[in-house]
Amino acid sequence: MKKSSRSNPIGVVFVALCGIATATIVAMLAVILGQIVWFGAPGVSLEFLSAAPSEGMRGGGIGPAIFGTFALVVLMTIAVVPMGVLTAIYLVEYSKPGSRFAKAVNIAVSNLAGVPSIVFGLFGLGFFVQFLGGTIDSTLFDGKLVFGQPAIIWAALTLALLTLPVVIVTTQEALRAVPANAREASLALGATRWQTVYKVVLPQCTAGVLTGGILAVSRGAGEVAPIMFTGAAYFLPSLPTKLNDQFMELGYHIYVMSTQSPNVEQTKPILFATVFVLLALTFILNAAAIGIRSRFRQSLRPSDA
Amino acid sequence: MDSEAAGVLPRVEPTAAIQRAAGRNRRFTQTVEKVIEAWVKLTAMSAILTIFLIFVFVGREALPLLWEDPQPGLEHEVVNWSTLAGPTHYPDRPSRFMWQPVSNVPKYNLPPLIVGTLKTTIIAILFAAPLAILAAIMSSEFAPRWLREIVKPTIELLAGIPSVVLGFFALMVLASWLQDLLGLRLRLNALNAGIALGLAVIPIIFTVAEDALTTVPKSYREASFALGANRWETAIKIVVPAALPGIFAGVVLGFGRAVGETMIVLMASGNAATTTWSFTDSVRTLSATVAAELGEVVFGSPHYRVLFLIGVLLFVFTFAVNLCGEMYVQRLNGRLEGSRS
Repeated sequence: MKKSSRSNPIGVVFVALCGIATATIVAMLAVILGQIVWFGAPGVSLEFLSAAPSEGMRGGGIGPAIFGTFALVVLMTIAVVPMGVLTAIYLVEYSKPGSRFAKAVNIAVSNLAGVPSIVFGLFGLGFFVQFLGGTIDSTLFDGKLVFGQPAIIWAALTLALLTLPVVIVTTQEALRAVPANAREASLALGATRWQTVYKVVLPQCTAGVLTGGILAVSRGAGEVAPIMFTGAAYFLPSLPTKLNDQFMELGYHIYVMSTQSPNVEQTKPILFATVFVLLALTFILNAAAIGIRSRFRQSLRPSDA
Repeated sequence: MDSEAAGVLPRVEPTAAIQRAAGRNRRFTQTVEKVIEAWVKLTAMSAILTIFLIFVFVGREALPLLWEDPQPGLEHEVVNWSTLAGPTHYPDRPSRFMWQPVSNVPKYNLPPLIVGTLKTTIIAILFAAPLAILAAIMSSEFAPRWLREIVKPTIELLAGIPSVVLGFFALMVLASWLQDLLGLRLRLNALNAGIALGLAVIPIIFTVAEDALTTVPKSYREASFALGANRWETAIKIVVPAALPGIFAGVVLGFGRAVGETMIVLMASGNAATTTWSFTDSVRTLSATVAAELGEVVFGSPHYRVLFLIGVLLFVFTFAVNLCGEMYVQRLNGRLEGSRS
């Protein structure tokens, strides 16, 4: 019976199909990465990474775009990490099990993760630039145009909201991994809840918080749609120095260069090199996050037993 | 007992002042604690608030469209539900669905964009779902450890590729390959965009489906094995049916992602607003339209408001789709957990 069903053609075909599907996915990733590394890596040099674009984007480097991306994600991190960590703390440490409010927050978080990035772009323009920036200008600057225009701060805040679910979910996972007896010991010694969270639980999951932050940065660094209308610019002669400056960004640079360049063949080497840099950046960040997380899990295991 | 205590340490009666100080201290701690708790709770509300604000502020820019009087000089740009639903009527030609926002008589019919979105999304799902689901079954049911150790990072890497990079790949590389392979007239078309979109959707479907498959209790498999079924029989007849709602949820969530995805379709689809159902024509999707046109519109103009209205449509639609997907995931978990006890 067993022998006959093992040699059953349907079974063989089904398993083979599953195998082929898996191989196809792996192969497609290999092809994409291969193409980008093959054509992109040779163009990357120290000069390319630091110089400004020249000759109408046909020469020079991507220094300002790297700087802009960096500034953008730093601002974004400052905004999103405290907000995400506190939300996660509420959900794991404060809310009562089955509380309606916590359930609503959870639903909002998972829905926020599904909101299209272009809608974030529209929101950033409608809320941050027009409403918030406009209000600041009319109350503080007598209606002069200071913050009521696309700016790095608005792009960073828009991205912060987009990456909020990433930080919340990762931090929640880290908080849950802290054994309950650590909290009980702290509470039994007379510490209040916040003291327990701040002095006992959080120090044990710095790695988890770090992971969330890195994942958010890697996600934010690659998003283009939300920053298109909230602050990114194709070419600027100077680097952003103030919160209300516009900025150049790697992903946006790739988009504009590959769709609006009059001669794509000429910019191709630079384009591939730029894509290579962006991809390398996000992968290094992701790898770091995965590494820190697996270490963190191992470090918690002994205390669990 | 008195003498014993006195022998070790003299007992100090707390004076009224000390008691008051201790009380004050405790009250202070309690107040701080309450303030912190309120602050934490307030921050937790930010996620709900964001969803709410997105709805309000994207809607705020869109809705005046439906009651505002046309601006002086723009009387011919009347936008209402019937112009949005189309078609555009001509005195001398047959009526057609037109998306032509920049012209003497702007035309804002949404059907071409909706058809475009559906076309790319359907191709993406047709391409991604079988691959992702079969790979998920492979990974959870048949794969040896070493293979799983290749598949998991592959999916994570794929999920980590920024959509602008996928769009770039589709625009520069994939489009040429497809054109040569199939002898297509147009380089950038729905098929090209759909496949690239599928690459972005695969990780979502795979992750949710694999989760669903691995949450099927071990006892199901053991019972099946005990009855003499082998691995693939168990997989097809027991595990997959039990995990079906979860797999379906993965496809639904992937669909939601594909509808809202912007950069890939913007770069790879050719952006021609047509209503044909041919998969090798260029298409313009809802999201790509917003991304391509918002940079050049006049603030407060009907065109500007129509783009925000598209944003509202995308938001409401993906919200509903995600809610459905989440519900399926939760129902599956409830069902399997219920049967475990």
